[in-house]
Amino acid sequence: MTRIGIVAEMGQETRVAATPATVRQLLDLGYDVVVEKGAGESASFRDDAYTAAGAVIGGATEAWGSDVVLKVNPPTADEVDRLAEGATLIGMLSPGLRPDLVEALAARPITALALDAVPRISRAQSMDVLSSMANIAGYRAVIEAAHEFGRFFTGQVTAAGKVPPAKVLVAGAGVAGLSAIGAASSLGAIVRATDPRPEVADQVKSIGGTYLPVEVGEEMTSSDGYARATSEAYNARAAEIYTEQARDVDIIITTALIPGRPAPRLLTAADVAGMRPGSVIVDMAAGQGGNVEGSVAGERVVTDNGVVILGYTDLPARLPAQASQLYGTNLLNLLRLLTKDKDGQLRIDFDDVVQRSVTVVRNGERTWPPPPVQVSAAPAARAEGPAAATTAAKPGFSAAGKAGLLAAGIAALFLVNAVAPAPLPQHFTVLMLSVVVGFYVIGKVHHALHTPLMSVTNAISGIIVLGALLQITSSDPLVQVLAAAAVLLASINIFGGFAVTRRMLGMFARGDRSRP
Amino acid sequence: MSNTVAGPFTAESVAGAAYIVAALLFILSLAGLSRHEKARAGVLYGIAGMALALAATIWLTLEGVLGTARGSTGLVLLAAAVLVGGGIGLWRARVVEMTGMPELIALLHSFVGLAAVLVGWNGHLQAPALAGDLMAVHHAEVFIGVFIGAVTFTGSIVAFLKLSARMKSAPLMLPGKNAINLGALAAFVALTVWYVNDSRLELLIAVTVLAFGLGWHLVASIGGGDMPVVVSMLNSYSGWAAAAAGFLLNNDLLIITGALVGSSGAYLSYIMCRAMNRSFISVIAGGFGIAPPSTTDAEQGEYREITARQTAELLLDASSVVITPGYGMAVAQAQYPVAELAHQLRARGVNVRFGIHPVAGRLPGHMNVLLAEARVPYDIVLEMDEINDDFDGTSVVLVIGANDTVNPAAAEDPGSPIAGMPVLRVWEADNVVVFKRSMAAGYAGVQNPLFFRDNTSMLFGDAKQRVEDILRSLPEDSLPSPLADSAAPGQH
Repeated sequence: MTRIGIVAEMGQETRVAATPATVRQLLDLGYDVVVEKGAGESASFRDDAYTAAGAVIGGATEAWGSDVVLKVNPPTADEVDRLAEGATLIGMLSPGLRPDLVEALAARPITALALDAVPRISRAQSMDVLSSMANIAGYRAVIEAAHEFGRFFTGQVTAAGKVPPAKVLVAGAGVAGLSAIGAASSLGAIVRATDPRPEVADQVKSIGGTYLPVEVGEEMTSSDGYARATSEAYNARAAEIYTEQARDVDIIITTALIPGRPAPRLLTAADVAGMRPGSVIVDMAAGQGGNVEGSVAGERVVTDNGVVILGYTDLPARLPAQASQLYGTNLLNLLRLLTKDKDGQLRIDFDDVVQRSVTVVRNGERTWPPPPVQVSAAPAARAEGPAAATTAAKPGFSAAGKAGLLAAGIAALFLVNAVAPAPLPQHFTVLMLSVVVGFYVIGKVHHALHTPLMSVTNAISGIIVLGALLQITSSDPLVQVLAAAAVLLASINIFGGFAVTRRMLGMFARGDRSRP
Repeated sequence: MSNTVAGPFTAESVAGAAYIVAALLFILSLAGLSRHEKARAGVLYGIAGMALALAATIWLTLEGVLGTARGSTGLVLLAAAVLVGGGIGLWRARVVEMTGMPELIALLHSFVGLAAVLVGWNGHLQAPALAGDLMAVHHAEVFIGVFIGAVTFTGSIVAFLKLSARMKSAPLMLPGKNAINLGALAAFVALTVWYVNDSRLELLIAVTVLAFGLGWHLVASIGGGDMPVVVSMLNSYSGWAAAAAGFLLNNDLLIITGALVGSSGAYLSYIMCRAMNRSFISVIAGGFGIAPPSTTDAEQGEYREITARQTAELLLDASSVVITPGYGMAVAQAQYPVAELAHQLRARGVNVRFGIHPVAGRLPGHMNVLLAEARVPYDIVLEMDEINDDFDGTSVVLVIGANDTVNPAAAEDPGSPIAGMPVLRVWEADNVVVFKRSMAAGYAGVQNPLFFRDNTSMLFGDAKQRVEDILRSLPEDSLPSPLADSAAPGQH
């Protein structure tokens, strides 16, 4: 029977990798569970609650000696050494940022899975620990700001006078940003949000915020050649918005992060200096360099003009019970994927993109970084097994290939017309122009009209009847008979095609005006 | 047309002018057909253009030979052929079921193809006396016209047989099928060169047979699920056949019209291909419909069943409903009860809309035609792109006889054979009810993880019957349907 160990976290960490509720479900998957004594204490999960759920409480040695060790934070070097041979470690390992840790893990005959490396595809959402932690952090950022802010969030009219509502700006409408928008607006504040992706406007609106678009002149976005200028104009306009907003709002929460790069600088020291005393900034990107000039990771800073800048990096851990519950559930969902048969046997299937992506080390062999996840059509995945033949048979046209083909076509056309006798070039002229007209004329066809369009073109292609008509008065009886047959066939087309199109179009009707 | 200048109004000059006007009318016709408001006018333009072209040509062909024996024979043959052909066409157009549209259109394409073959043959039998170079050009034109026409003919016949289920719809998998296609093309080129140098009837027979075989093989190797593309591709071919005949007969109207139809059909096929995330080239080469092994088996799990009564309750509680029909709705002839259901729900204040995938059904726009037949207002029938973002927030989605077009594996499983194909994201709705006859896989042979989602329920059985069951389960208190007597057979 495979034993899972839930170990206590080191240092300031308040979260724990399993709650009594998830322990129960881990048992259902066929595992035995050992919880290190006091592991859930700071998240308000007592040892007896784990016992009641069916786990065994044990010492640190016992928990670390388990076949599968569940953790929250990356292990220290000592902790890596405590893992048993052949054990599996699952936690937030940040393998992309910690090559030293990946080396240390690969030096041991163990398997290490990074929960924070789950690909962002829909199927893996139930394991996406970054999203679930960002959600908590966004909420907590608002709570921290409210704690520092010396006023109400909501506007009130009281016997003691009128209180204006607080104004909150949330920079970045990702998971954390949306969570912050929701929390701040449900506290009653006026919430505005910025994001470079205009498509999030609806999401912002749906949870009570107002989206501030960065409007740059349209001509700037038209051509590739101007991409850099566009970006500059965009950045300049965005900076203006932040400066304007900083003077107006009471609270700013910044969540802007770019994967693999330092956090973008959104607010300058001048912007911060322009804020009213008593205003609060929560820089959720402080750990990655900060969105705000003057923020310090993990610290509370008060500026000369009395603005509080919070650079806390442990926001999820400040909601330990909630964070542990979501983290534990993400972990449980990963284990469900790894334990298909619910028999307590953990198996990693490298053909599954999720399982492949999270695996940092397998049996002492380094498997990081994983191949990039292709969410769209993946020819690489098709190249396996019997599919190889079809892949090979299907000519893939590169951009150069297409250009070559086009050039060859034009050259052929040129040659034919250069050597062809009199009437042919005129015919080609007519043909070319008609082809172009045909493309453009139906370019904007409404999808619903595809069938009528097709039946009408079908009727029109009955124009072949002209050819037959010109031949029907031939002196050769055989030609006459063949021509008559062609006329008959084409007539079916012409009459049938037009009639059936009219019949179809007669059915299309607009709805009544009283529709909801 | 001709170099004879005999007066201001010769048959040739009048016909030439008529052809230019007719060509313009055809362009207006196609342009009109791309918008609902102008579609009917578009058909009228087309009819006017055709009538003008026919009248001018008949005059041109009979002028001068009227009264002679061959002129009279020609006139009689012409009148008989037009009367019989027109009669057949009008009769078929009147009686065809809307679910049978794909078959009819495929069959009509084959007629154009065969007519082009016959015209080409006549071009051989009645070869004009021309100087060396022009003679070679004439021979090449005969050959090319016959080839395109013959490919169109048998290709359309196979498409017709597959669509009407008279032939197995699974793709024919001959070994080395690409080699067969390329070999046929190479043989065609060789025969053309030979024929240009030595115009023998045997060669013309050989190329006709060769093209018949190629057309048959091309379409036979394409699976039934990809027929929308094939039908519009054949539409394009029929246009090129007409254009080739125009070259042969020195007739600009034929060239213009053929090229219009050919290029618009090709563009339509391209739109279809893009909607299925497939390469245009591989469609034409008949190389698709072959699915790599499915990797989605692991996604299977438990599915839940729902009864018609529970579905009715779900619908009554809903604020917005989206119906996504597929080929299954056409097969079950369920469009009338579905329209009635939509009407009843709308009368109760539910926001009902239809979401149509570009390749739902067996013909481009097939679902729109069926829903229009059942009097569903076209402004609540939306395209995939228009509705896809609205599924999140929709209370209930009814998936009626659709499968691959709502398969989440296309969006989420890169190993799936339909990976990357844009699909209707129905799974984002609060509830999804799938109408299905059994748990069989769709045309692409891919298992659908949608059926095993927590928010999905399966309603098994014939789609038409199940929708009628739902209609019976709705309380009677709402307004009676104005369609109940005339259009909806499910209401008694």
